[in-house]
Amino acid sequence: MTNYATHDTDVLVIGAGGAGLRAAIESAAQGMKTAVVMKTLLGKAHTVMAEGGAAAALATVDPRDSWKTHFRDTMKGGKMMNDVRMAEIHAKEAPDRILELEEWGAVFDRTPDGRILQRNFGGHTYPRLAHVGDRTGLEMIRTLQDKLVHMPAEIFMETTVTHLFKTGGRVTGALAYSRDKGEFHLFRAKAIVICTGGLGKAYTITSNSWEYTGDGHSLAWEIGADLMDMEFLQFHPTGMVWPLSVRGTLVTEGVRGDGGVLKNNKGERFLFNYIPEAFKNDVAASEEEAVQWVREVVAGKQATVRRPPELLTRDVVARAILNEVREGRGSPHGGVFLDIATQRKAEDIKRKLPSMYHQFVKLANVDITKEAMEVGPTAHYIMGGVKVHPETAMSTIPGLFAAGEASAGLNGANRLGGNSLSDLLVFGRRAGLGAAQYVRKNNPAADVNRADVEAAIAHNLSFFERKDAECPYALQREIQDMMGDLVGIMRTEDELTRALNALDKFEARAKKVSVSGGRVYNPGWHVAMDLRHIVQISRSIALAARERKESRGGHARSDFPNYDPKLAKVNLLIKKAEGRMQVVQQPRTEMPPELKTLVEEA
Amino acid sequence: MSNKMHLKVFRGDNSGGELRDYQVEVDEGMVVLDVVHRLQATQAPDLSCRWNCKAGKCGSCSAEVNGKPRLMCMMRMDLFKPDEIITIQPLQAFPIVRDLVTDVSWNFEVNKKIPPFKPKPKNPDGTWRMMQYEVDRVQEFRKCLECYLCQNVCHVLRNHGKHDVFFGPRFMVRLAGLEMHPLDDADRVKLMREAAGIGYCNITKCCTEVCPEDIRITDNAIIPLKERVADRYYDPLAMLFRAIRGKNR
Ligand SMILES: Cc1cc2nc3c(=O)[nH]c(=O)nc-3n(C[C@H](O)[C@H](O)[C@H](O)COP(=O)(O)OP(=O)(O)OC[C@H]3O[C@@H](n4cnc5c(N)ncnc54)[C@H](O)[C@@H]3O)c2cc1C
Ligand code: SF4
Ligand code: SF4
Ligand code: FES
Repeated sequence: MTNYATHDTDVLVIGAGGAGLRAAIESAAQGMKTAVVMKTLLGKAHTVMAEGGAAAALATVDPRDSWKTHFRDTMKGGKMMNDVRMAEIHAKEAPDRILELEEWGAVFDRTPDGRILQRNFGGHTYPRLAHVGDRTGLEMIRTLQDKLVHMPAEIFMETTVTHLFKTGGRVTGALAYSRDKGEFHLFRAKAIVICTGGLGKAYTITSNSWEYTGDGHSLAWEIGADLMDMEFLQFHPTGMVWPLSVRGTLVTEGVRGDGGVLKNNKGERFLFNYIPEAFKNDVAASEEEAVQWVREVVAGKQATVRRPPELLTRDVVARAILNEVREGRGSPHGGVFLDIATQRKAEDIKRKLPSMYHQFVKLANVDITKEAMEVGPTAHYIMGGVKVHPETAMSTIPGLFAAGEASAGLNGANRLGGNSLSDLLVFGRRAGLGAAQYVRKNNPAADVNRADVEAAIAHNLSFFERKDAECPYALQREIQDMMGDLVGIMRTEDELTRALNALDKFEARAKKVSVSGGRVYNPGWHVAMDLRHIVQISRSIALAARERKESRGGHARSDFPNYDPKLAKVNLLIKKAEGRMQVVQQPRTEMPPELKTLVEEA
Repeated sequence: MSNKMHLKVFRGDNSGGELRDYQVEVDEGMVVLDVVHRLQATQAPDLSCRWNCKAGKCGSCSAEVNGKPRLMCMMRMDLFKPDEIITIQPLQAFPIVRDLVTDVSWNFEVNKKIPPFKPKPKNPDGTWRMMQYEVDRVQEFRKCLECYLCQNVCHVLRNHGKHDVFFGPRFMVRLAGLEMHPLDDADRVKLMREAAGIGYCNITKCCTEVCPEDIRITDNAIIPLKERVADRYYDPLAMLFRAIRGKNR
C-alpha cells in the first residue's frame, strides 16, 4: 500500500481561477475550514489570460444600460438555451461583484469622471466590459489571490485531484497528487466545489493551456453528477493562425470592440453577408453606418447608429470565417484578416491593446499598428458543464458544487464575451456560500471508503508498471486531432458516430500507456493521468452533439443547418447509468412572464 | 522550413545534475518553450518545466536561456544562429525541484507579510472616484506577472542569499502598487524599512532590465519608496508635516 497524507476540511475548492478563488473567499468568510487545490501555482490559472474584460451593467459609459438589457443580451446570445434564473441572477449581481473587487484593491481603467470604464464587446448592446487594457484577467486573479492569502484558508499549489469519492450518496472527499514530490493527498471534505475551468485541450487548435483537460466535468460525471449542454462549445473566431507553433493563441475580441474589422483576401468586409435574421435590426446595414458607430464610440459619445457586424456573436463570426476560407477567400495561412491598423491611431492601439501589440511583434513579427493580423477560429470555451442549482450552485450530487467554466447554465448555447469573468465572481461567491450552508446543515460527513482511495492510487501508479507501451503525448495528440476533424465547428451524424467509435478505442489505449522516470515533477505521468478525462469529456461532447439534430449557437450541424423548434424546448443531460455515458433530453421550464416580455421587447 | 539545432538542457535536482545534449528539429516561428515541448513529446517525456499561457501572460515559464533570464514562451528560436548551442537552465536564485522547475514558494510567503489593501471610506454616493492619471502608475505595477525573473537576477538574493531580510524587487513593485494606490489607507513604511529590507537595494537596475512587462522597477517603484522611508526616518520635519497632512498628500 502506498502512503498518503490526509487533510480534513469543511469545504474543498478544486481550482484557483476566478471562480475557485471567489468561492474560497466566501467559504472562509462564512467561517468554514477551507482548502484550495490547483494544478499550477497560485495566480497562474486560466483566468489570468483573460483579456477583454468583465461584463456588468454598471452603466458608467452608457446610462441606458441596465440588468434587464444585460439579461436580454445574454439570453439572445445563448439562443434561449440558458438557465433563465442564472441569467437573471448574473445580470443583477455582476455590478456589485465588480465594485467589490474595487473594494479589494483592483484598479480598472477609468472614465473621464473617475468611474470604471466599460468597453464594447460582441453581443452586448451597450459598452459593458469593465477592463484593464487587455489584461483584465490578471487584475482579477491578483486581486482575489491577494484577498484570499490573508484569510484563513489552506492553499495547496501544484496539487491535482484525480478522483472524487462518494459515500452513501453524498460527496466525501478527493484524492490528489502533488507535482513537486509526486506524493498523494487525501482530502476528507464535507463539501467540494468544482472550479476546474474548461476543456479546450481536447482539441489541437485551442486558446487553452495544458491544464484545461475537463477534469472537473469528468470527475463529477464519474461520481454520478449530471452534465448539461455539452454540445455547446465556443470556437472563438479570432485565434492566431501563424506561425504554426502559436496557432490557436487568442486574439482578444477587444480588437473588434475597439474598431477592428474582418476582411477576406479580396479586401471585403464579408460579415455583412452573414447577418442572421434575428440580429438584422441590431447591426449596421452598410459600411458607412459601421464606420460612423466606431467614430462615435471612439469619441466617447453614445452611439446613435447600429454596431458593426464584426460584433455579432462568436458562433456567427466563427462560422463566417470558416466559410470564407472554405470558399477560397482566406488569407495565406488559412485564416482571414483582422485589421485595426487602418481604423485606429497607432498610439491608441498600443494603449488599449498593449499585450496584443506585444504578442504579435514578438511571436509573429507583425506590427498590428501597421499591418493586419491573420486570424481563424480556435476552441475556446465550453458552455456546457456540471448541471447546478441556480441559487446554490449545488450539482445533482449532495455536497458537490460547481462554478465558473466547469458549470453549465448561464451561457446556454453561446457565451457572450465578458460574461465569463463576471460569472466567476457571481457564481463563485454563490457556490462558496452554498457549500457553507450545506455544511452547516449536514455536519458531520461520512468517511471516505479507504478501499476507494487505495484503488485510485493503484490506478494512478499503474502507468509506471508497464514498460515501453504507448507514449501518452502521442496518444493525446491523436485524440486532439480526431476531435478537431470530427467534432469541430461543423458536425455531421456520420462524423460524430465515427468520433464515438474512435473514443472507445482511445479509452482502451489510454489505460495502457506507459511512463518513464519517477514521480517527482514528471509531466509524462501527468499527461497520462489526464487522458482519462480528455476521453470522457470528448465523448460527452460527441454524444450530445449527435443527439441535437439542429444548429444552434456553439453547435452546428451541416446535416441539420437550421433551428428545430422542438429542440428549443430541451437541454441535453449527460448522465451515468451502469457505468456508461448516456444522453437524455430534459424539457426546459417556461420562462416567467415578466422575463419573457424583457426578451421579447427587443 | 525546419532544421536541427543543438540544445543543452539542465537535467537534475537540487542535489546536482548535468547539462544534457539534445538535437531538436526546429520549425519556423517556434519559441524556446515549443522546443522544450518537442523534447518532451519525442526524446525526454519526463523533462520538467512550468508553463501555462504560452503568450507571455502568466509568468510560469521563466528560465535562463544562454544565461539570460527569460520567459521561454516569448523567446523565438530565430534569434539564435542555426549553429549556435542553446543552453537552458532553471532560475538560479531558488532551489531546484527538478530540471527547469524551481521552488518559488518563498515568494508566496513573502507576499503574505505585506499588509493588504485597506480602502479609504467611500464617497457619500457609495462609490469611489479615481482619475486615470492617478492610477496610471499603479497600473504599471499591477502588470506584474510574478515571473520572478527580477528576483532571480537581484544580486542581494542571487549572490548574497539575503532571502530572510530582503523581499526582493517583485515585492517592492507590490508595495509600490499598494502605497501609491489612490484609495489605500494602510501604512507600510515601517515594514519597508525593516522586514522588507529596502535598504539592501543599491539601485543596480538589473531587475528592471529583465522585466518582461517593462515595469521600471527601480526608477518608478523602488526609488520613490526609498524616498518615503527616508522622509519618515531621517527627517523629523517631514515627519511632522506628514502627521499633519496625511500620507498621500
Ligand atoms: C486567452 C483567453 C482569454 C479570455 N478572455 C476573456 C475575457 O476577456 N472575458 C471573459 O469573460 N472571459 C474570457 N475568457 C474566458 C475566461 O477566462 C475563462 O472562462 C475563465 O477564466 C475560467 O475561470 P475558472 O475560474 O472557471 O477556471 P480557471 O481560471 O481556468 O481555473 C481553473 C483552475 O482549476 C484548476 N484545476 C483544473 N483541474 C484540476 C484538478 N484536476 N485538480 C486541481 N485543480 C484543477 C486549475 O489549476 C486552475 O487553478 C478567456 C479565456 C482565454 C483562454
Ligand atoms: S535595483 Fe535593487 S532590487 Fe533591483 S536588482 Fe539591483 S539591488 Fe536588486
Ligand atoms: S516585476 Fe517584472 S520581472 Fe519582476 S516578477 Fe513582476 S513581471 Fe516578473
Ligand atoms: S507560459 Fe505563460 S508566460 Fe510563458
